[in-house]
Amino acid sequence: MIETLGIWMAAFLTLCILSFLYKDNPFYKFAEHLFVGLSAAYWAVYYYFNILLPNLIQPLFGHGQLLLIIPLVLGIMMIMRLFPKVGWVSRWPLAFIVGSYSGYNLITYLQSKALEQVRATLVPFIQIESWKNLFTNPGVMTFLNAIAVPVVVVGVTTGVIYFFFSKEHKGVFGGFARIGVWFLMIAFGASFGYTVMARISLLIGRVYFLLHDWLGLIQ
Amino acid sequence: MPNNVKQFLIVYPISPLCQALVKNAIFILTSRLMCILLFDMLLILMLMVGINVEAFDTPNESSKILSSSELPAPPTEVLVKDKPNDAGGSIIVTWGKSADDVEENELVKEYRVFRSGALDGEFELIGTANKGFEKFVDGTTIDGTQYYYMVKASDGVVHSQSAVSEAVSSSAQWFHTGRISMLVATVIICFLILWFIGKAKKGEKLYIRPIAGLEAVDDAVGRATEMGKPIMYIPGIADMDDIQTIASVIILGRVARKAAQYETPLLVPCCRSIVMSAAQETVKEAYIAAGRSDAYDADKIRYLTDDQFGYAAGVDGMMLRVKPGAIFYMGCFYAESLILAETGHSTGAIQIAGTAMPSQLPFFITACDYTLIGEELFAASAYLSREPLLLGSLKGQDMGKAILIAILIGGVILVSLGFTKIIALLATG
Repeated sequence: MIETLGIWMAAFLTLCILSFLYKDNPFYKFAEHLFVGLSAAYWAVYYYFNILLPNLIQPLFGHGQLLLIIPLVLGIMMIMRLFPKVGWVSRWPLAFIVGSYSGYNLITYLQSKALEQVRATLVPFIQIESWKNLFTNPGVMTFLNAIAVPVVVVGVTTGVIYFFFSKEHKGVFGGFARIGVWFLMIAFGASFGYTVMARISLLIGRVYFLLHDWLGLIQ
Repeated sequence: MPNNVKQFLIVYPISPLCQALVKNAIFILTSRLMCILLFDMLLILMLMVGINVEAFDTPNESSKILSSSELPAPPTEVLVKDKPNDAGGSIIVTWGKSADDVEENELVKEYRVFRSGALDGEFELIGTANKGFEKFVDGTTIDGTQYYYMVKASDGVVHSQSAVSEAVSSSAQWFHTGRISMLVATVIICFLILWFIGKAKKGEKLYIRPIAGLEAVDDAVGRATEMGKPIMYIPGIADMDDIQTIASVIILGRVARKAAQYETPLLVPCCRSIVMSAAQETVKEAYIAAGRSDAYDADKIRYLTDDQFGYAAGVDGMMLRVKPGAIFYMGCFYAESLILAETGHSTGAIQIAGTAMPSQLPFFITACDYTLIGEELFAASAYLSREPLLLGSLKGQDMGKAILIAILIGGVILVSLGFTKIIALLATG
């Protein structure tokens, strides 16, 4: 009985959200507000029990880890913005968050998105085995294998050149930048197709729920 | 049949059936006695040569020990050392494989690593390593405490143990020597940025190429003003720990300043409470800088929900009801990007997006009027403000990119010629 009620509720809310495809309407508004309100409450409870409680309250008050007084004070300072007279106090923890994360990200980004990417691209430009394979067994796949490394090296180099901001994109430099844009757009096209496929599978999942779980039209 | 039994049967003749029964009973008894004697002798022999016999407790397993050739050879040369470049609490144990640790042999199935706080103390099992492995990292040590290790080769039932290792203790290191390349890169990039900031502050003109999406920012604000519609600014769904959100909040300052000058309402629905706080501070500052602190309304910068699709549903609803004249999507977006951009497109608003999420960029490119691709988002703050600090920073980053391209091209040439050591030089630990 409860399961059936749940399926009916889920189906009703699914249809309410899908009604947005026609236009904004009271059913969509109802589902939207319900979704926003419920999810806000859910995350508030989730953060308390999964972040505040195990990372601050229990270690500080339960195990006496006094170092955690610092984040506690910063948190209280952040809440001060609720009181207009002392609201300025909340700027300090904000500055701390932005500054510390910037410093932390500088290292992680430099490592994962710059040096490691360059290191992974350092491969012999001409893969002799792949070219031998191409000549002995000509075909699309062997050709793609043979040109894979040059494409990666040229793509990475021209792609980075496109992101030069302090030099005008003219002449040879501009030509490289244009090649970089082509590489980017081809990559975005491939990514677009791939993601659309994934989204269609989500839609199929929802339609299957309506036709199978709710209406029982398909087995 | 033993002779004494034959004599017994001759002296005391009995029926053939009874004879057969007695013969069998005596045969079984003598056989069992022989087995027990043999077992005891083998046990004594094994104890004398120091082989572990703890596995012989159960009757079923006793059959395994009857042949000493089934015992695995022990691991050799157990070496221990503190794990380098860590924050302490770890010791690396290595050993030489048992001679029986070969593919076709089942005598070694795993290695069992034991630890003790004293040479003659009790050793406790702390972990196992599969057959073929010669290393185990004990991540449960207390820094400064001495430990002794011993490794046993095991087939799951019987074990043969190595000699006890030397004493070792774990400690923390201040510097990760494997990350020298990171240090060098960070120092070079920071130096370049500071160098160009200094130049910019001295008044040197630094060029920035035109970025179409950013040149359209002022146009979009102007268009919304002319239409008498509000501006909507969506700072993405990531928190302030994401560099894209930080860049987005900086661009928000610029948009807010223009909006304040034109007296155009600015709506900022947020997915994270800290982003909302940062956005409120930024917008407030922009309104003060524009001399319109009276027009600032904190309620227009509101928190919706942390839930990705709950946020998307909320923003979609706002878009349809408010019908903004211009919509900005700047920051980190995931699957909600197309839902938002499509709805925004249906309202007829001019849309400018910017993100460094490669998987979402295609959707913004197709659904928005202008899109800032990747690093263009980070360059936006310098481009819009033209402040020497940000311009110098951008120039310094460009020089960093030039160095990376040089390393890339030079490295590929060297690797193609067989100089592969450059790959190790760039290792980041």
